[in-house]
Amino acid sequence: MMDTRVTVKQQDGVEGMDPNNETTTAPVFRTRDLAVYYGDFRAVRDVNIEIRGQDITAFIGPSGCGKSTVLRCFDRMNDLIPSARVEGTVEYHGIDLYDKDVDAVEVRRRVGMVFQKPNPFPKSIYDNLAFGPRLNGIKKKNELDEIVESSLKRAALWDEVKDRLKASAMGLSGGQQQRLCIARCIAVKPDVILMDEPCSALDPIATARIEDLMQEIKQDFTIIIVTHNMQQAARVSDRTAFFTTEVNPESDRRTGVLVEFDDTQKIFSNPGDDRTEAYVTGRFG
Amino acid sequence: MALATPSSHGAATASSLTRELTGSKRDVRGRIVEIVLLATLALSLLILVALVVNLVQRAWPVLSNRLGDFLSSGLDASNAAEAGVWQAIRGTLTLAVIVAIVAFPLGIACAVFLEEYAGKSFFARLIRINVRNLAGVPSIVYGILGLTIFVKFAGDITGGRTVISGGLALAVLVLPVVIITASEALRAVPQSIREGAYGVGATKWETVRSHVLPSAAPGILTGTVLALSRAAGEAAPLLLVGGITGLLRTGDQGLWEQITKGGFTSMPVAIFSYARQTGADFQAVTGAASLILLVLVILINALAIWLRNRFEKRW
Repeated sequence: MMDTRVTVKQQDGVEGMDPNNETTTAPVFRTRDLAVYYGDFRAVRDVNIEIRGQDITAFIGPSGCGKSTVLRCFDRMNDLIPSARVEGTVEYHGIDLYDKDVDAVEVRRRVGMVFQKPNPFPKSIYDNLAFGPRLNGIKKKNELDEIVESSLKRAALWDEVKDRLKASAMGLSGGQQQRLCIARCIAVKPDVILMDEPCSALDPIATARIEDLMQEIKQDFTIIIVTHNMQQAARVSDRTAFFTTEVNPESDRRTGVLVEFDDTQKIFSNPGDDRTEAYVTGRFG
Repeated sequence: MALATPSSHGAATASSLTRELTGSKRDVRGRIVEIVLLATLALSLLILVALVVNLVQRAWPVLSNRLGDFLSSGLDASNAAEAGVWQAIRGTLTLAVIVAIVAFPLGIACAVFLEEYAGKSFFARLIRINVRNLAGVPSIVYGILGLTIFVKFAGDITGGRTVISGGLALAVLVLPVVIITASEALRAVPQSIREGAYGVGATKWETVRSHVLPSAAPGILTGTVLALSRAAGEAAPLLLVGGITGLLRTGDQGLWEQITKGGFTSMPVAIFSYARQTGADFQAVTGAASLILLVLVILINALAIWLRNRFEKRW
């Protein structure tokens, strides 16, 4: 299913071009001097980060620090914002995602996304799940049925909805809708799942279920999660990146920067940067 | 003593508290505004009711004596006893069908392009503003346009002063309205729906076709049907394009010949032609025709409301 390759642009000195033969040691994503502009406003600058496969990586930081903006570079979701412009490089398994030959649609079939507000399609639960696989050319009903069931099971939603697959997804609770969106993502068998504050609209019980779910699926997917909730980052992630804002003294505008990226345990217990420590101990932000 | 009292009004007895709470200070201005607003609403409704009552009164001789005959007789502005509206009703319905066939797909396609594809370039903004301006162009101007283009220039195709030319002129007239309402319906589709589709690897067209258009369909439908009712009520452009006033003989023409070659009339055109005649008889005929047009337009609007309620989406 995933065999339609991204047009490969070989980068010098980068090994492991084939995503299917990827070993876990080479990074899934690597950014070099990444900066994103909205019009003439620079939202984030100088981001150099390597995301390892099969990890859960958390992006934390105060509002406006560019963590969501960086996340949305990994599946080229920023393309949807007409004024957005990306500088520097984002490599996915060594391939420059912003190379002119790379098709954003193909990228998004490998790099799925779960959004802040649950956004099920106003259609049936079944059709929500089947939409992605159908795009990939799966037409047979029994194959689709199988994907729908297994995806819902992976997202721990099957038992709650198996008797009403034809019912509207809008009738589900917020937490169920978000798990449905995760299932919808899983249904296209992506390589990476990006989560942009997936629990910010959910209550603590629904949040706990999503966090459990992330642990369940992490061996199959590389997960990057943006969160405002430091406890959540500490609970679920293996690695944590701390972003903050810097005020440009000339223009008085804020730009996001990556301060520190390390093992989650180190970020929360013994951070290398004072700003990180101030943030994780609650003295700032 | 002060310990147990909850406020500085501690000394107040229960009865004085009641007096204060149930209050002297009424929101007088608020009441006045409310009454004025109610009065304006009542006035508007009153005018409408007066209009309908007046129409029914005028039309009563026709409605009570020869309603069936009136509905089945042709256009004849020389003889009130023979005058009827069936050609006009048929003409209006034919015009509506032509408008629906031409203006709806064209207008919706334009709206999809402007909203989903054109982006925010200067050129796209210029077009959007001009579409809004076009919606405000007086209908008589579209009549001149229809006369020049559909009757004279493309007369070989349209057959000249036929219902086809009339329908095309009306289609051009409502096109901006269709584009605007469809654009608004498309804009009301939450961005999150589009992101969800893109997020699982849909192309732009797959996103538009599978999610944006179905989500916007109820709004588009409502707007287009309302545009239709506007087209049904227009007389001015049709008078220029060749809507027949006075007497319309269709003879033994078949339906297709009537559409492609024959003369045509419509409800507003018939009303215009009856209203020009003098005498109480024609007043009754005019009133009856107006009532029937009113009913037609109300039916079309009711259809729009029904469609909206039936297909309304929530997210």
